[in-house]
Amino acid sequence: MSAVKPILQAKGLLKRYGTVVAMSGADFELYPGEILGVIGDNGAGKSTLIKALSGAVIPDHGSIELDGREVHFRGPEDARNLGIETVYQNLALSPALTIADNMFLGREWRKPGILGSVFRQMDRPRMEKFARDKLSELGLTTIQNIHQAVESLSGGQRQGVAVARAAAFGSKVVILDEPTAALGVKESRRVLELIRDVRDRGIPIILISHNMPHVFEVCDRVHIHRLGRRLCVIDPKQHSMSDAVAYMTGAKLPEGVTEAA
Amino acid sequence: MSTQDTPTKVISDFEAGLAKADSTVANFDRDDKSFIHIMRNFLRTYPTMIPALVLVISIAVFSIIAPRFFGMGALSTVLKQVTVTGFIALAQTLIILTAGIDLSVGAILVLSSLIMGNLAVMSGLPALLAVGIGVFFGALMGALNGILVARVKLPPFIVTLGTLSIFSALTLWYSKSESIRNVDIEAKAPELLWFGQSANFGGASLSLGGLTLFLLAAVLWYVLNHTAWGRHVHAIGDDPDSAMLSGIRVNSVLISVYVVAGLICGFAAWIAIGRVGSVSPIAFSTVNLASITAVVIGGTSLFGGRGSIIGSVLGAFIVGVFNTGLSLAGVDDYWQMFAAGTLVIIAVALDQWLRRASQ
Repeated sequence: MSAVKPILQAKGLLKRYGTVVAMSGADFELYPGEILGVIGDNGAGKSTLIKALSGAVIPDHGSIELDGREVHFRGPEDARNLGIETVYQNLALSPALTIADNMFLGREWRKPGILGSVFRQMDRPRMEKFARDKLSELGLTTIQNIHQAVESLSGGQRQGVAVARAAAFGSKVVILDEPTAALGVKESRRVLELIRDVRDRGIPIILISHNMPHVFEVCDRVHIHRLGRRLCVIDPKQHSMSDAVAYMTGAKLPEGVTEAA
Repeated sequence: MSTQDTPTKVISDFEAGLAKADSTVANFDRDDKSFIHIMRNFLRTYPTMIPALVLVISIAVFSIIAPRFFGMGALSTVLKQVTVTGFIALAQTLIILTAGIDLSVGAILVLSSLIMGNLAVMSGLPALLAVGIGVFFGALMGALNGILVARVKLPPFIVTLGTLSIFSALTLWYSKSESIRNVDIEAKAPELLWFGQSANFGGASLSLGGLTLFLLAAVLWYVLNHTAWGRHVHAIGDDPDSAMLSGIRVNSVLISVYVVAGLICGFAAWIAIGRVGSVSPIAFSTVNLASITAVVIGGTSLFGGRGSIIGSVLGAFIVGVFNTGLSLAGVDDYWQMFAAGTLVIIAVALDQWLRRASQ
């Protein structure tokens, strides 16, 4: 591992919400071309860690490095401009806007020529075709109309839109926070396939999930988060799911780790 | 689930059937054939049709009640009456789309018009320069609202309630509570009255201000529906957190919305001088609430994210038609207010009914 430099790295992240400590010295490494699972009990600080990496939360202390260079995100748009794309648990979709508008929110394509440069007109047909293609790739064929507002979609379909958006635009890192929580069997399977596809394109993925079979199936390494920091990183081929659950709940300590917390 | 001890590396058996899954886009027989359903779906797809229908029906009804009403003369009177309210309603629509409200629009209008009038008539500046300065101050007042809402994170209602008083007080101080008379404006700065001019089209006199209202509405419609900025305005009103996570700079878009609203109010000040012919620090005291009424009747949701510019113009017209129609029918003034109030309540009730149909 030491020969390969991590693409995304965090050291000693600390974040307090008032008196509540959400992260206390969390470390994190993501290596090129891998799928890293992040698991942990409720309230372990997984979401805060992920939000710090995606720019939605600014940590009080600690550093984040992308490609070996230190970065300071002032907001999600900064992380996104550097190629970090995230699916949040609450999906971050605007219900009243259409599917295509949502997928392109904040990075709309403009029409070529004077219509786009002077009149700033969006290229709706091209955006809609792209959205349709991406949804079909995900197997979301139950979405009948690409002009539909997102509020008229089911929970699973909405999640599909959010995942399709991240997969389509992530160029450095894709972060998925519970991407299969609201999905059906078929769509979950597609999301797992999509995760592998994205990895095969050379883009590393961070997968946060409570679904152990999914995590153990697709992940190359599993980061176990406990009490606001990283407890250990395990190889899913060497450990069983019940080990992992024991580690994250504190029932058992992984080898070579002493309970610091 | 497979056994607990060994890592799962195969597709579980229960997912094996997926290879044969149907991959065509879903299709359903439509069972919504009853008239109510068709109407409801139609109105849901084209929400602007509601105020449009109400406008057409009310014009028809008033033409029956008061035959004098149906004719270009009365209709162009309505247009003249609603011009200023219409402009303010356009500004208000932008704010309400972001789930805000602006109670200071009327005060911005009056202060801007006084700046224009004072500079052009009293100080003798070129009229167009005075107009430019007035519009600039309108935008500046909007920017103050925007910064307080976006940066200081105060609720828009509180911010604009405060700035309403502040701008009104500044108006009285700056004007020394004096009006600028029509004769003085005509003598020294006739350019201020430009938008009061009318063009005649077979009995109808269309004021330049009214035409400009339609033009500005068309521009704003285009901006809101066909540019990224317009989409961002909707997204912020819909769910500001999602908009932030989607990578929209919520604060700068919010401030820009308030600045544009201030700009429109400042421009409306020029229109208002042309319409009234004079400048008074106590004019247009009802335009705040009238603009909100127009926006709501036009179908824009006070909760943000949904609404239309066209609807707001139609909403302003509906109120104007009711006022003119009722007075032509010989009904007392207070019933006009009664009618406007009833319209607001019906408009919101209709909006809720349609919304329920989407759940």
